[in-house]
Amino acid sequence: MPAPIRLRELIRTIRTARTQAEEREMIQKECAAIRSSFREEDNTYRCRNVAKLLYMHMLGYPAHFGQLECLKLIASQKFTDKRIGYLGAMLLLDERQDVHLLMTNCIKNDLNHSTQYVQGLALCTLGCMGSSEMCRDLAGEVEKLLKTSNSYLRKKAALCAVHVIRKVPELMEMFLPATKNLLNEKNHGVLHTSVVLLTEMCERSPDMLAHFRKVRQLSSSQLVPQLVRILKNLIMSGYSPEHDVSGISDPFLQVRILRLLRILGRNDDDSSEAMNDILAQVATNTETSKNVGNAILYETVLTIMDIKSESGLRVLAINILGRFLLNNDKNIRYVALTSLLKTVQTDHNAVQRHRSTIVDCLKDLDVSIKRRAMELSFALVNGNNVRGMMKELLYFLDSCEPEFKADCASGIFLAAEKYAPSKRWHIDTIMRVLTTAGSYVRDDAVPNLIQLITNSVEMHAYTVQRLYKAILGDYSQQPLVQVASWCIGEYGDLLVSGQCEEEEPIQVTEDEVLDILESVLISNMSASVTRGYALTAIMKLSTRFTCTVNRIKKVVSIYGSSIDVELQQRAVEYNALFKKYDHMRPALLERMPVMEKVTTNGPTEIVQTNGETEPAVLETKPPPSGLQPASQANDLLDLLGGSDITPVIPTAPTNKPASAGGELLDLLGDLNLTGSPVSAPAPQIAQPPFLLDGLSSQPLFNDIAAGIPSITAYNKNGLKIDFTFERSNTNPSVTVITIQASNSTELDMTDFVFQAAVPKTFQLQLLSPSSSVIPAFNSGTITQVIKVLNPQKQQLRMRIKLTYNHKGSAMQDLAEVNNFPPQSWQ
Amino acid sequence: MIKFFLMVNKQGQTRLSRYYEHVDINKRTMLEAEVIKNCLSRSKDQCSFIEYKDFKLVYRQYAALFIVIGINETENEMAVYELIHNFVEVLDKYFSRVSELDVSFSASEIHL
Repeated sequence: MPAPIRLRELIRTIRTARTQAEEREMIQKECAAIRSSFREEDNTYRCRNVAKLLYMHMLGYPAHFGQLECLKLIASQKFTDKRIGYLGAMLLLDERQDVHLLMTNCIKNDLNHSTQYVQGLALCTLGCMGSSEMCRDLAGEVEKLLKTSNSYLRKKAALCAVHVIRKVPELMEMFLPATKNLLNEKNHGVLHTSVVLLTEMCERSPDMLAHFRKVRQLSSSQLVPQLVRILKNLIMSGYSPEHDVSGISDPFLQVRILRLLRILGRNDDDSSEAMNDILAQVATNTETSKNVGNAILYETVLTIMDIKSESGLRVLAINILGRFLLNNDKNIRYVALTSLLKTVQTDHNAVQRHRSTIVDCLKDLDVSIKRRAMELSFALVNGNNVRGMMKELLYFLDSCEPEFKADCASGIFLAAEKYAPSKRWHIDTIMRVLTTAGSYVRDDAVPNLIQLITNSVEMHAYTVQRLYKAILGDYSQQPLVQVASWCIGEYGDLLVSGQCEEEEPIQVTEDEVLDILESVLISNMSASVTRGYALTAIMKLSTRFTCTVNRIKKVVSIYGSSIDVELQQRAVEYNALFKKYDHMRPALLERMPVMEKVTTNGPTEIVQTNGETEPAVLETKPPPSGLQPASQANDLLDLLGGSDITPVIPTAPTNKPASAGGELLDLLGDLNLTGSPVSAPAPQIAQPPFLLDGLSSQPLFNDIAAGIPSITAYNKNGLKIDFTFERSNTNPSVTVITIQASNSTELDMTDFVFQAAVPKTFQLQLLSPSSSVIPAFNSGTITQVIKVLNPQKQQLRMRIKLTYNHKGSAMQDLAEVNNFPPQSWQ
Repeated sequence: MIKFFLMVNKQGQTRLSRYYEHVDINKRTMLEAEVIKNCLSRSKDQCSFIEYKDFKLVYRQYAALFIVIGINETENEMAVYELIHNFVEVLDKYFSRVSELDVSFSASEIHL
């Protein structure tokens, strides 16, 4: 077997490979050679082979077969073998492999070796990948080495101790006595690593932290003064070639000490006092021309901000940050913006002074800086500067990258809401955002804006005029078009009559308004939701406009056969309004009253006021959609009153957002009738079974029969399922069952699935449930609608199967329901 | 805390990699490719600190070689930036005018 090639040659050959496939081939060939060589147990070349293996591992090829070889190398006596072996162990092995435990004995022996380099190797490896068992076994050795006088070993031992503490925090006390003398060293290496060790101890355990802070008997062993002294020496001492980096001695050590001081001084007055002087000294004496100096200043500023420093010091820190901002170097500006963001909460006024610089940073080319500047600008907006800041932010919104637009738009909305000096300004700002970044705006901005507009009664004419002008030119931005159509629908009469005080009134005829709404309907760019808005707006205008009612009727009837289910449903309902319920039309389509403000964004919160729903509900998507329109319709029944009017029940489509039913309900909910509530049978309104494909020609209105008693179908293990029934007078063979599942145990039931089976003469349809989690303590329920077709009027029977997760285990149950009331199927 | 230390050249070939946290081997190449893509797309006068997933990258370019260190939030970015430079100076002294070839051929020595 020829001698395996040396690592250099391997690398050279791999570099000649032109393609990935060639490289893979070479590597595989070499791997095969290495594997056969390992099998031969050849000692002389093992080291070389493992080195090659490590190289290939770095390139990304699997190299696990070399692990045992590494162990053998570690056990050998030659230094080069040990070196490669430990390196291989560090790179290839970790806790997950079982092989690493075999190393423990080797490491133990090597820790006591006569050559310091071997000891160093062992310490390195242990510190790199030691598992908790290894650490426990070998911690004693490490601690012994921590106390030697050999600085080479001491620093490595300190780092190893850091790793041990990370893995096995209980061993921290073992290292405590050794740390006492660590800081007395002269060698910077040892100092550095001991500071790291102390930092790690303080971060991990508050007890240690307290221990290090407290005043001890001998003043010379106090930690904080010791650190201060070391830092002072570093700054004051002259040029020391060993530790110098661009004119500053050992900046790394300085930064570490500052960080440790930060941890010690946090929330602790005594320590903070002791540090004040040295921090001021560092801040003023450090040279800022090079990056090194700036690094130290940055750390100093962070420390000052974190500890309980006096105010003069804090002002100094913020001024340093201000100076950073003016620097030309991008890195420094980035760092300054980041730290200002952290401090803006506490030192708001001081940061305000630098507002103009921050706003300038918005125009920077660098993406990271722009993002930081944007976040900081939003944090700085307050009542005084909102106009100026908003101007800058709007300009930024115009010109920034798409990834920022959504965040920027949301931020602008929030800021405008909080600090708007006047309603008109607020509306103007929001409109500006909609026109510039319309497609990036979040969905709930539309309902919020609508609500804002209804609230500012005096601005209606102005608003609708501006919106009309905005969409005249371009109706591709969906949120803008939605808001505009809604407003035109509501306030179209103001638009046509031309009475606007704030701006020059424009002359608009009714036909022009209808033109634009129709083009929105027809356009391919409009989303389904937008079309819905437009159609409803056209309908509302039928009461506000006087001479174009016929045109409106025509438009509405055209869409009665549209392919889009949503539009078709609306159009058919509006058509019916024209035909059968014309007397109700004006009342239904009256203007909306002022809505209550909803401060939450959650889709599940419904604040009911007189059966109206907040616009926030309109835009929310299911799962609770099935439940919401149903409960809204319930209030609706209460309002309409009188049992001789068959109420218009809007059907809530299962897959569409609740906006459809919700919108109609807004119109209907406008009634302030106080009729006696209908003896509403069940709280849930049935889903008519025929709204399945949009092309059905059956009537939409469902007649609610008189009350059918509800039953409890299942009640076991804390899970209770109730059935409530509706039957339709127009289609007597259909029974609609609404199930409600509730959970009286103290833990939630998740992944709840309800399945049902009926005898062959029946047909069953299960609609989607409201959710799959039943909260505990009866705090909520899952609702699901089942439609049963019973043409032969046989007695209803059903078998149900329930699966859910409860208390961590999957539960399943079968049951039969036989106690259906006769009215439900006769 | 430093998560990893990479030296990758402009074509995407890794010259040196050291991970201080466990990362699956197939994910490593992906990570390296993505990181180098991020660094290459930056221009000269852009910031040397990139936010990537949930940690930060500090990178510095020396001729055709990018040295990238991944750090988490507790580290001082500027100090790490200096560390990179210090490291390069040490390599320079050791190899007397180090070049990319030296790095590739003596990876094991650099590790230690």
